[in-house]
Amino acid sequence: MTWSIRGRQVEYARFAPLIALAVLFIISALSSPYFLKLQNLLNILRQVSYTGTIALGMTFVIIGGGIDLSVGSLAAMAGGLAILVINAAGAGADAIALGIVTALAVGTAGGALNGFLVTRFNMAPFVVTLGTMSIFRSLTLYFINAGEYRSASDAYRAIGAGKFLGLFIPVWLFLGLAALLQVVLTRTRYGRYVLAVGSSEQVARYSAIKVRLIRFGTYSITGFTVGVTAVMFGSRLNAVSSSNMGLYYEMDAIAAVVIGGTSMAGGAGTVLGTVLGAIILGIINNMLNMMGVSPYLQGTVKGLVIILAVLLQYRGNRNN
Amino acid sequence: MEPVPLLEAVDLSKEFSGVGVLNRVRVSVAAGEILGVIGENGAGKSTLVKILSGLYQPSAGSIRLEGRPVQVRDPSAARRLGISTVPQELELVDSLTVAENVFLGAELTRGPLLDRPAMVSRTARMLGELGTAVDPHAQAGGLSVAQKQMVEIARALVHESRVLILDEPTTVLSANEVESLFRLIRQVRDRGVAVLFISHKLHEVKALCDRVLILRDGDPVSVAPTAEMTPDDMARGMVGRELSQVFPEKHDSAGEPALEVEGLTVPGLVHDVSFALRAGEILGFAGLVGAGRTEVAEAVMGLRHRTGGVLRVGGQEADIRHPRQAVDLGLAYLSEDRQGRGVVLDFGITENVTLISLARYARGLIDRARERGAAEKYIARFNVRAASLGSALRFLSGGNQQKVYLAKWMDTEPRILILDEPTRGIDVSAKMEIYRFVRALADSGIACVVISSELEEVIGLCNRVCVMRQGRIAATLAGDELNEEEMMYYATGLKREMRA
Repeated sequence: MTWSIRGRQVEYARFAPLIALAVLFIISALSSPYFLKLQNLLNILRQVSYTGTIALGMTFVIIGGGIDLSVGSLAAMAGGLAILVINAAGAGADAIALGIVTALAVGTAGGALNGFLVTRFNMAPFVVTLGTMSIFRSLTLYFINAGEYRSASDAYRAIGAGKFLGLFIPVWLFLGLAALLQVVLTRTRYGRYVLAVGSSEQVARYSAIKVRLIRFGTYSITGFTVGVTAVMFGSRLNAVSSSNMGLYYEMDAIAAVVIGGTSMAGGAGTVLGTVLGAIILGIINNMLNMMGVSPYLQGTVKGLVIILAVLLQYRGNRNN
Repeated sequence: MEPVPLLEAVDLSKEFSGVGVLNRVRVSVAAGEILGVIGENGAGKSTLVKILSGLYQPSAGSIRLEGRPVQVRDPSAARRLGISTVPQELELVDSLTVAENVFLGAELTRGPLLDRPAMVSRTARMLGELGTAVDPHAQAGGLSVAQKQMVEIARALVHESRVLILDEPTTVLSANEVESLFRLIRQVRDRGVAVLFISHKLHEVKALCDRVLILRDGDPVSVAPTAEMTPDDMARGMVGRELSQVFPEKHDSAGEPALEVEGLTVPGLVHDVSFALRAGEILGFAGLVGAGRTEVAEAVMGLRHRTGGVLRVGGQEADIRHPRQAVDLGLAYLSEDRQGRGVVLDFGITENVTLISLARYARGLIDRARERGAAEKYIARFNVRAASLGSALRFLSGGNQQKVYLAKWMDTEPRILILDEPTRGIDVSAKMEIYRFVRALADSGIACVVISSELEEVIGLCNRVCVMRQGRIAATLAGDELNEEEMMYYATGLKREMRA
């Protein structure tokens, strides 16, 4: 029956990222003896936790039918302002707490600004976030005159570089946030509404859903995850480069979401898939490094993987 | 003497995901003959047209032209074979001119260049013959729906074709336009063209066609000379049962006013509309397409901005500005656009049923078991046929989608239910189930509004009917006045309500 065949196709699509990860994992393990070393695996997880965390929020934006290009610039701004606050507040423990709150607040506010512009004026999210991407970066450069935000607190470093139960703290934050957001997406009214809005804005509106508010929320969530990443990355180096931090984060975040099986057209996707997508990207990077592929070529590989993922998605849609 | 068929389709069948929408249909049209094809929505008329014009490939069966088997692989193959089609949905390119549209894909040329003057003059001549004053230079986007329809017809006629297929061409035309169209179709027939005229307007079929093919649920019911049939015979053939069996018995148990609307105004669309809806009655809204019926419902639901008017729900004034307020007051509105505004096609049955009433299933987290329980209840109650609760709505038939849509709103426990074209595009048995269900709701004290373009439906189902014309209520009819003639008089403006 066509039903069961269709059912199987749906199941297959859901497990595609997992299958891809398994295949990639086996190939990597076979081609390099260092790949399976615990230290290497932990490093991969740490590497992916920064953009992976942003990708969690990006999943909501993309499922809701939008896109956010400003995440990298916003991460730099939130991370930089956090360090300014820490230094101004005396670099003690309470100053660090204040700095963290600043990063989360700036990130959330930046995301909310995107959400406000997109929903209030009904503008294309691509254009809005392209604009704020430029604004956030420019402000980050301006505040420090294109220099580096250096933290005066050595304790701040403990967040990004520290470990807890054998895992780096950013990895815990990434996985914890992923679990939380997966529950939000699948088990709360808000998550259900995001899926409905992304699937059909009109149906959602006619179903008495406050479409603008839901969309606004997706950008705010993304802003919050950007704030988390800003703390994780800024504290790891205990400094934020105004020109370099967060460059191409939007690329990696969107790539993780797409590889994780979320539809670029909106309306379907999972947070779990995004986690897998981020890890897949991390393993690819890791393997390219170990095989000695020029770092300049790694972007090519990443680009090909994204195109492949979208192509598979597109063909899947067409078959329906 | 039996004429030699020019176009012959033998045992055409078409299936979509295992569901037969056309079953072994046999069609033959002779040169110089007009064959009417009638049937209800979902009977397979449009599927037949799409196969003959190359948009669909048949699952089984064959097509012959002058006795020779042919393959109509795509629309351009159809054109090469001399088969022209006037599709039901308008397919003009809005940014091109009328003449450019008429010759789109078959432009006249002079050497390497387009021969614009020839295209313009032939377009003008064809439109003139159709009795339509449309400028060939006008942009198609600026035309009225009726004018667009005429351009579509001109487009099919301007090419010398051997077979002309018209899919419900008169839906949006005025009586005069219909007359010129018929005159032209007869001329075309007399030139030896085989014509297929698809319609559900039985009087038109009776007046125009030589023979008529009746389809019901994809099955060919009968083919007979039109002269031997009355419109009533045709209706019986289409429906397969007497009309009295289709609609449930009317009860008039109207109680307290549930919804009172006074002076409702939506700029440019609805002007000063007032009506009162009582618990226990079914109030119909009839009128031509664009008369403002949907806009009234949307304004009441807070989906459309109204500039004037007072709404009272259960006697209490209610300033509804957002659909959420309307839902909380017990209003429900099923849009005519089931797929675009009604159900989430990517969602399963469960998620659709609980989408509006989700708050009841969530205390922090959504209780999935309770959600499924509710969905199961509605599946049983509405006789929804689907593989599983998780089946995405896009894989359900129109009738089953409509039932899920109804379930979605019933789960909000409404006191006022507004149904906009509730039976469009669904089969007869699903229609009957919905009629019976709406009547049962009314009997249980829910106030119902049914907006419908099918006169038969509002007459058969409703206690009273408001006829709208150009954004106003032209008349409210009940009892003996509730008949097709009276409603058409008011809908078209031939008759105006006498106000004492």
